[in-house]
Order: sequence, then C-alpha cells, then structure tokens
Amino acid sequence: MRYALLICMDEAAQAAMSPEEGQARMARYFEFQEQAGSAILAGERLYPTTDATTVRVQNGEVLASDGPFAETKEQMAGFYLVEAKDLDEAIAIAAKIPTAQDGGSIEVRPVWEM
Amino acid sequence: MTGDWDLAEECAQDAFARALETWPRDGVPRNPGAWLTTIARNRAVDRLRRAKVGAAKLREVAVMTPDDGDDDGEGREVIDVDGSGVEDDRLRLMFTCCHPALGLEARVALTLRTLAGLTTPEIAHAFLVPEPTMAQRIVRAKRKIRNAGIPYRVPPAHLLPERTTAVLAVLYLLFNEGYAATSGADLVRRDLCVEAIRLTRTLTELMPDEPEALGLLALMLLHDARREGRVDDAGDLIPLEDQDRTRWDLDEIGEGVERLDAALRREQPGPYQVQAAIAACHATAATADETDWVDIAALYGALARMNPSAVVELNRAVAVAMADGPEAGLRLVDEIEAGGALDGYHLLPATRADLLRRLDRHEEAAIAYRAALALTTGDAERRYLQRRLAEMT
Repeated sequence: MRYALLICMDEAAQAAMSPEEGQARMARYFEFQEQAGSAILAGERLYPTTDATTVRVQNGEVLASDGPFAETKEQMAGFYLVEAKDLDEAIAIAAKIPTAQDGGSIEVRPVWEM
Repeated sequence: MTGDWDLAEECAQDAFARALETWPRDGVPRNPGAWLTTIARNRAVDRLRRAKVGAAKLREVAVMTPDDGDDDGEGREVIDVDGSGVEDDRLRLMFTCCHPALGLEARVALTLRTLAGLTTPEIAHAFLVPEPTMAQRIVRAKRKIRNAGIPYRVPPAHLLPERTTAVLAVLYLLFNEGYAATSGADLVRRDLCVEAIRLTRTLTELMPDEPEALGLLALMLLHDARREGRVDDAGDLIPLEDQDRTRWDLDEIGEGVERLDAALRREQPGPYQVQAAIAACHATAATADETDWVDIAALYGALARMNPSAVVELNRAVAVAMADGPEAGLRLVDEIEAGGALDGYHLLPATRADLLRRLDRHEEAAIAYRAALALTTGDAERRYLQRRLAEMT
C-alpha cells in the first residue's frame, strides 16, 4: 500500500533553530532517507505557511489570499510518499522521521488507490 | 487470512454456523479446527467468485496464508496442518480489533462484535447508545481497517509488548463496563463481564508466556467472584466492609489466586498482577477486619510507581486510612485534591466524605457527600451516597 506521511511541526520552533541545529536536522533527514531506501517513493520539504497562498473559487472568481486558513499549533512542513506492506510498517517508517523524534507529529494517510 | 476484513469475519461466522448445523447431524469431525478453516476458506472462495473479484485476490484466499511472516523460509506458505488455525485466527482478530490506530470505543465495539459474537443491538444496549450510532461506529472501524491497511496478524516481537498492552486494556475496559456500569439501572451487566473473562481466558491460552494476561484474568475472576455480595436485593451497592462474604464465589476466588500465583512465578510483575494481588488480599480475608491493609497500601504504592495516576493515589489513600487511620488517609486526599488531576471525579469527594464520616466530622462529611452526588450518574451509587448523606444530617 501507499501512504502519505505528512510531517507536522511548530513552525515557530523551526524558525528559532540556529543554522547549526538546522544543518544537524538535515543530516538526520538524509540519514533517514538512506535507511528507508526504496520505501520512499517521493518526498519534499515545504516552505512555511507564511509563504503559502490559499486559493478558492467563488462564483467563478479566483480568490487568492495570504497563508493557510486554519490556525493550528502545528503546520505541515513536508511530506513523504512511501510504500509499506501495512499500517504497522508505515507507522514504523513514520516513527523514524527526525521531526517525529523532535516533538513534531506525522499524520499517516493511506493513499486512495484508483 | 483473506486480506478482506468483512469477508474474513463473515466466512468465519458462516463456518461456525455450518458447524452448528452439521455437527449434531454428522458428528464432530476428528479435527474441528481444520474443518472450520476449510469451510471458511471455501466460503471465501465462493463469495469472491460471486463478487467477480480479480484473480490475484482469489489466489490470496485460496492459499489462505496464515501470515506473510509465516512462510517456511523458502518462500512457500505454510498451511496450518495441526488444526490450530481457528485459534490463531482468534488471536489475530484480537490484535486487529485492538489496534491502537482505532479509537478506544471502536476497539471495544469491534472486539464484542467480532470476537464475542454479540449483535450490534446487543452492543448498543450494553453501552447505552442508540443502535444506529453503534452500527456507524462498527462500520467506520471496519472501513478504517481496510482503508488504512491495519494488519491482520499477531504483531512481530518488537511490537508485541505494546500491542498486548492495548489488547489487555480493551478487555479490562470491557470487564469494568460490565462490572461498574457507569450509568443506567443494572450495576453489574453480567454479560459483559462474562465475555471479558471468556476472551481473557482465551488470550491466556493463546499467549501462555504473557504474565500480564494471566494477571488480568486473575484480577477479573477475583472481582467477579464478589459480584453476588456487592449489591443488595434492591440493586444498591454494598461497601466491601459490609458485604456478606459467604455470598462470594469461593471456586472463582480459588481460580483467581491460582492464576495470580502462576503469573507471579514468572517474576515479571506488571500493573494487572499488582491489581490482582490487591484483589486477592480482599477476596481471601475471612472478615473485613482481617483485611491486610498494610499489604494493600504497599501494593498500591508499587502500582503508583509502575503506573503513576491520581486514581491509584486515591486508592492508596483509602488503604492508608484503613492501615493507619482516617486522618492519615485524609492527608493524602488533600494532596491529591491540591494536585487538581481528579477535579470532577466523583470518587474524590466520596472518599473524603467517607473518611470525614469515620472521624465523626458530620457537617464536613455532608458537604462532601453532596459534592459527590453532584458528580455521580450511576443510579445505585447515587442511592448509596444519598443514604450516607441522610445519616450525616
């Protein structure tokens, strides 16, 4: 099965990181990706929500506005698309994501296969 | 099994239904377990053919692999030949139904539906929710099992302790729901207790090396043994000290103590074993006065270290009050109250009230009984508190 692992974290905490801490985190991400190997089908880091634009269409009119709509404590900072045998395997991969180990959370969403 | 949850469940049920039809007529087959597995497999193949599903799925069912991890090392799937397949399926079902990715309510409902074979109306009645609500809950849980890929298998060794804890928690919740009905008329909903004990017994047979499963079984038996003495003819709760101990089930106490001893011999103590040991202290005391409260207080101390919780602390306060006097208990209750973790929990003011009553501080006790009443929903517990309140005023 394919699962999307949505990496959620407090952006403010991320912004407060020193460059060294940021680099150390990146190094752990590279290590994680190497270990996960071919289970990872895709994955990207995203710019924070302050750089996001929300798009809506109302009566045929495109409405673009700043940032995401919802005010939540954690924001999606990136994602992986992984191949796993079952939910337990997906959970095991999610648990190894550095952000999960640093107080963030991973939302494991099964992919709707057409 | 088949990888399709509904199908596996229905086919297993079909197989049992067939057994009930044919065994009385044709006699019990020499190997009932294998017979049931075969029937369930055939039924699954039938249904899938009818449903015109893909060949891959049919193949999957036809071999009816016990588990992806159970091959013989050469890539061949091992077909269960010793007839234990049905029992293995029950264990797998338990772990699937109690998977932590499902909400606790869903786990309990699924366990009753799938393992205890209760109907949806029966489960809805037991949990005092409307039938459509319960039906929805079960449908959603099954859909999540399928969509999220919750595995149908006994977890691998590194996940086993954590997942076993989740299974035990569901069984214990089931028992408690039956034993201390949180609302409504009957204080002991017997059928839930019976099912919880039956399922836990099965679990101890399937996982004989798990001392906490034995501990939980012992705990349930030791509580259940006291049920006849626990409520009076009007259905009111009788406090432990006033219970007629001749009404306790001595055989069940005996079995509980035996199971506890077997668990303790493994020397891997856990919270259920400690709670069973506490229950054993109560169940084996010939009279309330002979209860070993010093031991019980120490056991609650051990439990609080394993499982830090304000509820455990409250129980320890009660035991300390019995061992060292109500004032010592009251001091602990004050500490718990100051902590704030039990705000809104009816047993906190109820405990305070009972300790104040024993110190003959009637006015303060009455205030505490009123506070407890304001937080209590169970009918029998309310009547008990009202009776005590009347004694104080």
